[in-house]
Amino acid sequence: MTVVYFTALALLTLSAYVLASRRSVALSSTGVRLHSLPAYHGLLAISLVIVPMLLIWAVGTPLVSQFAASNALTNFPAETRNDALQAGSALREIKNLAAGQRSGDVSDTLRAAADTYSAWRTTGDYLLLSIGLAAALLGIAASLRLVSGPFRARNHFESVVRVILLACAGVAVLTTIGIVASVLTETIRFFFDPNIKGRPGVFDFLFGTEWNPQQAMRADQGDIKSAYGFVPLLTGTLLITAIAMCVAGPLGLLSAIYLAEYASPRMRRYAKPVLEILAGVPTVVLGFFAALTVAPYIRGWGEALGLDVASESALAAGLVMGMMIIPFISSLSDDVMNAVPQSLRDGAYALGATKSEAIKQVVLPAALPGIVSAFMLAMSRAIGETMIVVMAAGLAANLTLNPLDAVTTITVQIKTILVGDQEFDSAKTLAAFALGFVLFFITLILNIIALRIVRKYREQYD
Amino acid sequence: MENSTVDLSAIERVEAARTAHLTAGAKPAKVLARDVNVYYGDKHALKAVNVEIPDRGVMAFIGPSGCGKSTFLRCINRMNDTIASCRVTGKITIDDQDIYDRSLDVVQLRARVGMVFQKPNPFPKSIYENVAYGPRIHGLTANKAEMDDVVQSSLEKAALWNEVKDRLQDSGTGLSGGQQQRLCIARAIAVNPDIILMDEPCSALDPIATAKVETLIDELRSNFCIIIVTHSMQQAARVSQRTAFFHLGTLVEEDSTKTIFSNPKDQRTQDYITGRFG
Amino acid sequence: MTDATSTLPTQLPPARRRAIPPDVAAARVRRRYASERTFKALGIGALALTALFLVMLLTSIIVKSLPAFSEHRAVMSVLVDAAVVDPDGKRNADTLRSADYASLTRAAITTVIPGIEGRSARKALTGLLSSGAADDLRALVIADPSIIGTTIKTPMLFSDDVDLYLKGDTGRYTTAAGVAELTPSDVKGDITLTAADQSFAALIAELEREGISADAEAGAHVLDGRIPSRVVYVNGGAVKVVKATANTLTGPVLLPLSSVSPAKTGSWNLTTYAQPESRRRISDQEIVFIDKIKSAGAIERGFNWRFFTSGDSREPELAGIRGALIGTALTLFVTLILCLPIGVLAAIYLEEFAPKNWLTDIIEVNINNLAAVPSIVFGLLGLAVFLNYFNLPRSAPLVGGLVLALLVLPTIIISARAAIKAVPPSIREAAIGLGASQQQAVFHHVLPLAMPGIMTGTIIGMAHALGETAPLLMIGMVAFIVDVPTNISDAATVLPVQIYLWSDLPEAAFQQRTAAAIVVLLGFLFAMNGAAIWLRNKFERRW
Repeated sequence: MTVVYFTALALLTLSAYVLASRRSVALSSTGVRLHSLPAYHGLLAISLVIVPMLLIWAVGTPLVSQFAASNALTNFPAETRNDALQAGSALREIKNLAAGQRSGDVSDTLRAAADTYSAWRTTGDYLLLSIGLAAALLGIAASLRLVSGPFRARNHFESVVRVILLACAGVAVLTTIGIVASVLTETIRFFFDPNIKGRPGVFDFLFGTEWNPQQAMRADQGDIKSAYGFVPLLTGTLLITAIAMCVAGPLGLLSAIYLAEYASPRMRRYAKPVLEILAGVPTVVLGFFAALTVAPYIRGWGEALGLDVASESALAAGLVMGMMIIPFISSLSDDVMNAVPQSLRDGAYALGATKSEAIKQVVLPAALPGIVSAFMLAMSRAIGETMIVVMAAGLAANLTLNPLDAVTTITVQIKTILVGDQEFDSAKTLAAFALGFVLFFITLILNIIALRIVRKYREQYD
Repeated sequence: MENSTVDLSAIERVEAARTAHLTAGAKPAKVLARDVNVYYGDKHALKAVNVEIPDRGVMAFIGPSGCGKSTFLRCINRMNDTIASCRVTGKITIDDQDIYDRSLDVVQLRARVGMVFQKPNPFPKSIYENVAYGPRIHGLTANKAEMDDVVQSSLEKAALWNEVKDRLQDSGTGLSGGQQQRLCIARAIAVNPDIILMDEPCSALDPIATAKVETLIDELRSNFCIIIVTHSMQQAARVSQRTAFFHLGTLVEEDSTKTIFSNPKDQRTQDYITGRFG
Repeated sequence: MTDATSTLPTQLPPARRRAIPPDVAAARVRRRYASERTFKALGIGALALTALFLVMLLTSIIVKSLPAFSEHRAVMSVLVDAAVVDPDGKRNADTLRSADYASLTRAAITTVIPGIEGRSARKALTGLLSSGAADDLRALVIADPSIIGTTIKTPMLFSDDVDLYLKGDTGRYTTAAGVAELTPSDVKGDITLTAADQSFAALIAELEREGISADAEAGAHVLDGRIPSRVVYVNGGAVKVVKATANTLTGPVLLPLSSVSPAKTGSWNLTTYAQPESRRRISDQEIVFIDKIKSAGAIERGFNWRFFTSGDSREPELAGIRGALIGTALTLFVTLILCLPIGVLAAIYLEEFAPKNWLTDIIEVNINNLAAVPSIVFGLLGLAVFLNYFNLPRSAPLVGGLVLALLVLPTIIISARAAIKAVPPSIREAAIGLGASQQQAVFHHVLPLAMPGIMTGTIIGMAHALGETAPLLMIGMVAFIVDVPTNISDAATVLPVQIYLWSDLPEAAFQQRTAAAIVVLLGFLFAMNGAAIWLRNKFERRW
């Protein structure tokens, strides 16, 4: 049906352009002076077809689907309909059956429901198509009527374009709204929806020290609230981030200082690509490196020193994550130091400072806000990084600060819970969204503060 | 910096030469330039400059923009070293010591030749730290009390003490333009240099602030050799005892300020001070 | 000039200042220069260490990947038996497709080493071949049914364990020539090899060192799978040593002997395989078979084209990245057609048309913040909105492309804005001065001039999307998918996800293939970044 709809859309668009521009050409050949070029009459006609048809499709399709689904579910008893979990799985079966993807024995109820669903779907789709066609034809008729000498087709078309431009820019806002809405609603359900079994209280979540969602799945009995304690995930995330910052902070900053203050242009030409290549290595590759090369090495060294090292130690993941953010810190710090005015360096040199004294005592303090924000952005990146920790860090939520132990992180848990089959309404699945919300919130705060510091800093020297 | 090996005896020789001059009671040239040429890449910015600058007093460099007066000034404390494409030939001596000698340490040189820039450039630190920075890196004070002393006397000499004594811990960048420039002068004085270079120190200041800085320069000339670059002939006339006129990279004429402004020998100088060009 | 003087004390008090002795000053300067050098060395050290990280990363992956680019095959004569392949002789395609080709390949390999009896030995022999060997034969027959009934010579793929053994992963061995005359008791079954007394004293001593002492019950030293295994090659056959005394060796025949006649000193040998049997994935029996096939000259090594032409598989030797490559192409196609127009139009709006108001501010702040949102959060968005709300198909490149488009949109908007901003206002003014509308000026003049910059940013954005994994895991692109996807709503996987999936598998051969897939991925990334740099250098314009 979608194919039919869009074929119609394409054909109507084409004919709208041809009709409207031909008409204006015809008009001008009779000696009427046109305000706008024929192409603009055609383009305006196109927009009068495309915009309503797309709108109708975008709004109508989910409506039809919803309506068909709710009608199909009336075939099931009330308790099925009211239980979100059961209704969801019933709906999936109905859709599979209607799409012909299900074989084997099918209950009569299900078959009846699937028939209802298909019937409503078909009706709805035809309805949509006819509404769309009607709107498009109206649009063509209107645009043909509008073709006249003084009609300012270009201006009208340009305002349509303006709206389209604004809409494109608005996609960014929509994305944010989409993220916040999807993550936040599931989080609220996780904490407050009475239909969800095994959900924890907000307080238990924020301050609980035990994380074990697998257990909560099984247990309808017993004390299951402790299974969603967020603290070990937070400490694990922060531990790995801290190790990463210990690696990347000094290395990134020192290389930035060298590149910005000491390196000859030749040196810069060779050193910059090294950092750029490192920045371009996908995290899944770094994860592979961490899990298969770095972790065994660390384990080997640890054993040689008589230390007990977990095979998925926080140290391995942290080290490689540090590698990942070195280029990030160094390029941001490089920019920041280049923004420090030369006059400050000159001031220090004129007093007899050596180059390193000028850097340490004048350039770095002056660039400090920018460097702090670079570190914050790097931290937020480390906190949100997924693949390295998924591949190199563990799953066990140990509450420890020992870098040789295995710890787990927020992102690892989101991935673990959501990959594979899941029921959308279980407490476990919702917990992943709650974690996602926390992650989004932490990184957002770090970013906002960092961007604000940077902006202030720029104003200071602009 | 560039010459990381330092012949320390060179510094001692300078000191010795200086002491000898002072004890002999002679009034020798403090700064001596012989056949100085400066190139920026291919551009020949300064051509065969010869000049003698006496100790104690104010020497003004005047001339139209781009005439090389700032370039020459920056040769005297080797600030041009920081520009990669810049090349200096010829000889400049301070107290008979060649400052472009390979054995001379540029860091030590700059401790003896202070500089004040066109635009006030206080460090984004407190007023106190701005002044204390130089003495600290050169290890001129032994303890906090001495440092307090140096900071106070430097600020007093820069005529800024009364305005800032209650807020020494405030940021130096929070001062007004004129105050910032006097802070930069205090910063330069704190290292106790022999020579202070000033590169159009008043060009970014309003008239009242300019007046204060000029008064200060006048106060300082009994203790320092001051070399000032200015685009304002009135300023040169007001503050300097000797004046040098630069034009198109050459030093046209150098004489006492009175002579330059009343009875210049060269036609170009005449044209410049009477406002025919520039 | 006068007011300031009045506030000044006429005679300035001299500041107290230490007179620094020259030697102290000299020491101080020396110290300062030392710290200068240290600082500079730290900077170089940091850069060098970073470069070292990169080199270690790349070499470790490239070294790991090399074995995966070749494969070993047994070149053997196969009788394409008409009775098996096409019993009714009709050349029916379905019949040909469903025939039991594995029995043909099994028969072929047993002809290479005849005379093997016993189920487990036969199984070990036929198990050397990959299940892909039968598939290859099927493909040959279907392509050319005229070979039915003939004997053809064709290479057949070995299993991954054999392949690894032949690449030298397992097989360190030492050979000692026989020091006495050796008499076998039989040519097959469990046999005893007898020699003069104390002939095997050296072996016994070696076993003692490995922790094996004489077993009182058996009256001999008993070898097990935890120590290096010993095989005696004698009279054209092979015997595995299970029990050893000073003058006898006892054990099963791995390869039948030609006779029981005594073997002269030096005509037989004792081979020690350094890696104990229990620690390798290939048995002594299999090693003996492989070495036999090898000595028959029936093994060839070739480039592993299959890696690029087949989809995923549970068998490492059959697994390839074609499915992932096509999935990646489809996903990036969706990403590109969405984010390029939207990104460019958004950038045009923000740079050229946006009024200075709160809405614009919100959009700008939004874009900056979106650029730093963790990618996994975009995965959550895709899961909740595209899969669960809009009911789009799981695991499909369509959804993957949508999610990645949202992910790289900020990057593209930001770089497109920079490119548009770099076009000087004089161009716009010239167009507007000729009576063009603002939109005409932008679309006819500014946009074409900004295009190289926009393309550079787009390529870098797409490279970013190409390496992205986490959000795709969220929308189910992690399924095990053998079929190569053909359109954007098929279930598919992408190259980075394929890497992730393989990296989790225990087989060593899969580790190598993971590394090889990484090499391919990095190759694409470098090519894209190189293209971006080339584009930037070629079209970069200084206004």
